[in-house]
Amino acid sequence: MFTRRDFLKTAGIAAAGSTTLAGLSACATAGGKSRGHVVIVGGGYGGATAAKYLRMWSNGTVDVTLIERNPVFISCPISNLVIGGVKQMEDITVGYDNLKSKWGVRIVTDEVTAIDTDKRTVATARNGSLGYDRLVLSPGIDFIPGAVGGLDGNQERIPHAWKAGPQTVLLRKQLQDMADGGVFALHIPKVPYRCPPGPYERACVVANYLRAAKPKSKVLVLDSNEEIQSKKGLFTKAFESYKGLIEYVPNSSLQSVDAASLTAELEFDSVKADVLNVIPPMRAGDIALKAGLPLINERWVDIDWLTMEAKGVPGVHVLGDALFPAPTMPKSGHMANQHAKVAAAAILNLFDGIAPNPAPVVMNTCYSFVDDRNVIHVASVHQYDAEKKQPMPVQGAGGVSAAANEIEGKAALAWARNIWADMLA
Amino acid sequence: MNLKHALAMLGLVGLSAAAQAQDPNLARNLAATCANCHGTNGHSVGGMDSLAGEAQDKLMQKLMDFKSGDKPATIMHQIVKGYTDEQLTLITAWFAAQK
Repeated sequence: MFTRRDFLKTAGIAAAGSTTLAGLSACATAGGKSRGHVVIVGGGYGGATAAKYLRMWSNGTVDVTLIERNPVFISCPISNLVIGGVKQMEDITVGYDNLKSKWGVRIVTDEVTAIDTDKRTVATARNGSLGYDRLVLSPGIDFIPGAVGGLDGNQERIPHAWKAGPQTVLLRKQLQDMADGGVFALHIPKVPYRCPPGPYERACVVANYLRAAKPKSKVLVLDSNEEIQSKKGLFTKAFESYKGLIEYVPNSSLQSVDAASLTAELEFDSVKADVLNVIPPMRAGDIALKAGLPLINERWVDIDWLTMEAKGVPGVHVLGDALFPAPTMPKSGHMANQHAKVAAAAILNLFDGIAPNPAPVVMNTCYSFVDDRNVIHVASVHQYDAEKKQPMPVQGAGGVSAAANEIEGKAALAWARNIWADMLA
Repeated sequence: MNLKHALAMLGLVGLSAAAQAQDPNLARNLAATCANCHGTNGHSVGGMDSLAGEAQDKLMQKLMDFKSGDKPATIMHQIVKGYTDEQLTLITAWFAAQK
């Protein structure tokens, strides 16, 4: 088992072994007294932010271990631009080096195989078992096995590209390889799913690529929902601007797929595609289920919004897309970052034996590209409601863009640079 | 006890209850909700305004102008309405104190 003593040893060795790790020498674990050890599972928008803010706000007096299976962070936001050929993978990839060297976070590149919330241990595939005082789970989403007939095991043939990485590259390549006159079919699951405007943005940036490269082709949007789920008026306008290139079909519930022929079997129809991009129905990341956390609708983790702890599982804080959302709260990277700050503040209070902040505030900003440079936003602010015991959207605040515009195109890319730095720099 | 005293007592009780309820790091926590766009502790890495070290009255004036609509914006006029004036005062004071 990986104990606090092991942590000190590893941190000590790292500091002694390198002259460049100036940040580590400032961390109290090198000689001072630690207030506790927090293990974070998942280094995305939630987990990476929690790691940095726990170290920053505690002045290095809390030990933080971040376990992430990928060696680098690859962003889902902006990844549609890679699929559309506007950005490259390197543009959406950021390393964990600063979390380690500047903030003194111990990075473990590994897969978590089990969590014992009674013994407070996390089992990993290659690094044994780690003990924790508090656990932060930011597991993102996983797809529900068997939800779409014929889909399981065929993600190379029918990519989702709903987790940025090799799937993003694959979908981009399939789009590039598609002949002019081809059909790019995009299936959207029923809400709630990760990134409500994301599929509609994808339809737009794919159509933007096709308009220039393969104008006889078509994006067929098969939406399980009865209407566009985010920025509806603005996306409706955008779709109209791609007349002939985007066909939007609501109420298109997907029953099954045939990977050989790339056929999507809908409730009342059957569609053959040249590229079939199915975003499958999803739920909290598998590790949340394995840890036995309380779920709502068997899909999303039920939490206490003041501390972000799973209900009935003290010491286990859950962030991001895995949560059963508060009213109108989107599953977004921006929101996961905000969850992380609420959790970090609560954890530090709890280490000091004081109550968590009774009035947390979180807010969301979400930019979507409708072509290679014009962008639309949706924003909201959510204040904790003591009676409802959850954050509620502030009425009269938030909203969407008046129209797609290039100023927000620049803002969207600046948002990305700043939030990646807020997590990882 | 006369009415004046009673009101004074109520006021005191109210104040101390509010003081007890308020998190010691409330300003820091509220300001952190801005960091996604404006950078950690208000230090933007580019493309957005840095807020760190800006004079509080200047920041407050800007936010109030966004709130009233006097200052046109793409998004801030919508976001600023989600915060109370008291929260904005805490946030701007916190950013002003950052180096």
